[in-house]
Amino acid sequence: MISLAGRDIMHSWGKFVFTGMGLGLLIGVTLSMAGIYRGMVDDARVLLDNSGADLWVVQKDTLGPYAESSSIYDDTWRGIRSISGVADAASITYLTMQVRRKGVDVRAMVTGITAGGPGTPGWPPYLIGGRQITRGHYEAVADIASGFKLGERIKIRRNHYTIVGLTRRMVSSSGDPMVFIPLKDAQEAQFLKDNDAIREQRRRTTENSAFNRPGVPGLLDAIIASQSVNTYVNAVLVRVGKGHNPDKVAESIRRWKRLTVYTRSQMEEILVGKLIATSAKQIAMFLIILSLVSSAIVAFIIYTLTMGKIREIAVLKLIGTKNRTIVGLIMQQSIALGLIGFVVGKITATLVMAPIFPKHVLLEPLDSVFGFIAVVMICILSSIVSIRAALKINPAEAIGG
Amino acid sequence: MTEKGITIVGLKKRYGSGDTAVDALKNVEMHVAPGEVVGLIGPSGSGKSTLLKCLGAVIEPTAGQMMLGDDLIYDNGWRVKDLRALRRDRIGFVFQAPYLIPFLDVTDNVALLPMLAGKPNAEARKQARELFKALDIEHRARAMPSQLSGGEQQRVAIARGLVNRPPVILADEPTAPLDSERALAVIRILNEMAQKFATAIIVVTHDEKIIPTFKRIYHIRDGVTYEEKGEGRSFE
Repeated sequence: MISLAGRDIMHSWGKFVFTGMGLGLLIGVTLSMAGIYRGMVDDARVLLDNSGADLWVVQKDTLGPYAESSSIYDDTWRGIRSISGVADAASITYLTMQVRRKGVDVRAMVTGITAGGPGTPGWPPYLIGGRQITRGHYEAVADIASGFKLGERIKIRRNHYTIVGLTRRMVSSSGDPMVFIPLKDAQEAQFLKDNDAIREQRRRTTENSAFNRPGVPGLLDAIIASQSVNTYVNAVLVRVGKGHNPDKVAESIRRWKRLTVYTRSQMEEILVGKLIATSAKQIAMFLIILSLVSSAIVAFIIYTLTMGKIREIAVLKLIGTKNRTIVGLIMQQSIALGLIGFVVGKITATLVMAPIFPKHVLLEPLDSVFGFIAVVMICILSSIVSIRAALKINPAEAIGG
Repeated sequence: MTEKGITIVGLKKRYGSGDTAVDALKNVEMHVAPGEVVGLIGPSGSGKSTLLKCLGAVIEPTAGQMMLGDDLIYDNGWRVKDLRALRRDRIGFVFQAPYLIPFLDVTDNVALLPMLAGKPNAEARKQARELFKALDIEHRARAMPSQLSGGEQQRVAIARGLVNRPPVILADEPTAPLDSERALAVIRILNEMAQKFATAIIVVTHDEKIIPTFKRIYHIRDGVTYEEKGEGRSFE
């Protein structure tokens, strides 16, 4: 038996191909949305991987430093370093802000890293150009996605920094490129106030009789000095020594330092389960809407194609064609349309949308497999309306009168 | 040859029930022998289409008998389980318009019926091509329906009606869209095919050009058939 669906498609291939291409663009957007979600999860994991930490020590009862703000003293790392099982510990600050470059703002996650060397927790693990930060101030290493170039000068708050190194795939969980600067500079950038605000603060402190006591010389100066420095960091990154259980080390830090400590799996849960949960829900909603729109389009196209063949179907029924042959004709055409759409969608998502999209789009093979199965299922379900309509066609319609 | 044409006795068809019931066929009596072509003529609303649908096993009559050859296919109820197979294997159809499947070429339009009956594609196509010579469409075997003239399309439709060698062919105004010359050619072909394949052919028509060619005519009026001797003129 010949394939009626195949013959029909070959006969009007232009209609099928162009309709399939339209559907393919929609499927391409759907695959890209899934890729954006995967990219967000991947960004979050990359952020954790590249931090070089096994534990994150943050302000008690907060979900810092990525999902909530967290402040701990910048000398906390010393006490942590002395706890058994801790191989290395380093303070770190994170601040997402606009970094000015030649009058244009670039959104970036400015990361303050402690002095040290490659391998220190928080440092970029590898560079694709230039060198690591070697001076205590005004040097920066930037992710290539920021668009910054080696030797370029950028402005963070009121200070200028020179890009001395470039790295890759160092992004925040929301995809913003990271810019690494010395910790002291980052602390200053986090709390640095403008001159008017500093003057206003000093005036208020001076007018406060509790601080400005004539009988206690030097008190006012000491308070004003303390107000102009920032002794806080967002977190301490801890690397656990070989052979030590991170959970046990985390428990020791919680017990002795009275801080909140997250292990790698807990931090991943915070990033994926909480920080990008809202985005994930939005993307899931988009996926559902796009799937419904795709279904409606396939159903409408197949219904229109079927209704355009009423007379032929009536003749086929009259001359004794079995219902399953007619069902096969419609369903195969629907699936063929879906296949054309999927191929076009996959190509569009891979070669067009992923490279130009401003976020990291990770198209995983397994998602494509699920997408393919979903497209086939959608096509089968979408053809049901047309099949019902075709089976209702009376063969008597082929006979006049 | 065991087939003995088609015989209809006391066929009735009622639409609806109660006060709104309409008797489309009140008493149809017909017999068409193998190799015979008869005309079925009647004004609009006389019941021609209803009769054709009953004969084509598309709608169920209300009462009466229908015999196809020696087989009683309807006796106040269908005596055949698979009406689809009955239509496919034992009844041929030729419509007012050819209604060829636009996405199949001429050969496959005709070969589709034997294929549907389960014959291998090659055998079905061979069976189709055997008819093309008799119908003078051999040279159009690979053409698509849209590439054929109206007369050629109708000859392909006749080939489709004949391909399974049914004992009866129902032709519903097969010459309506054709000019006199082509209409007579179609009737000539139907007569030749009826003789060649011992097929009983019932031609429903309004066409004044072809009515004189029938040797026997059934008139249908208000659901009742009346037999009349035709002129039986030549097709030239």
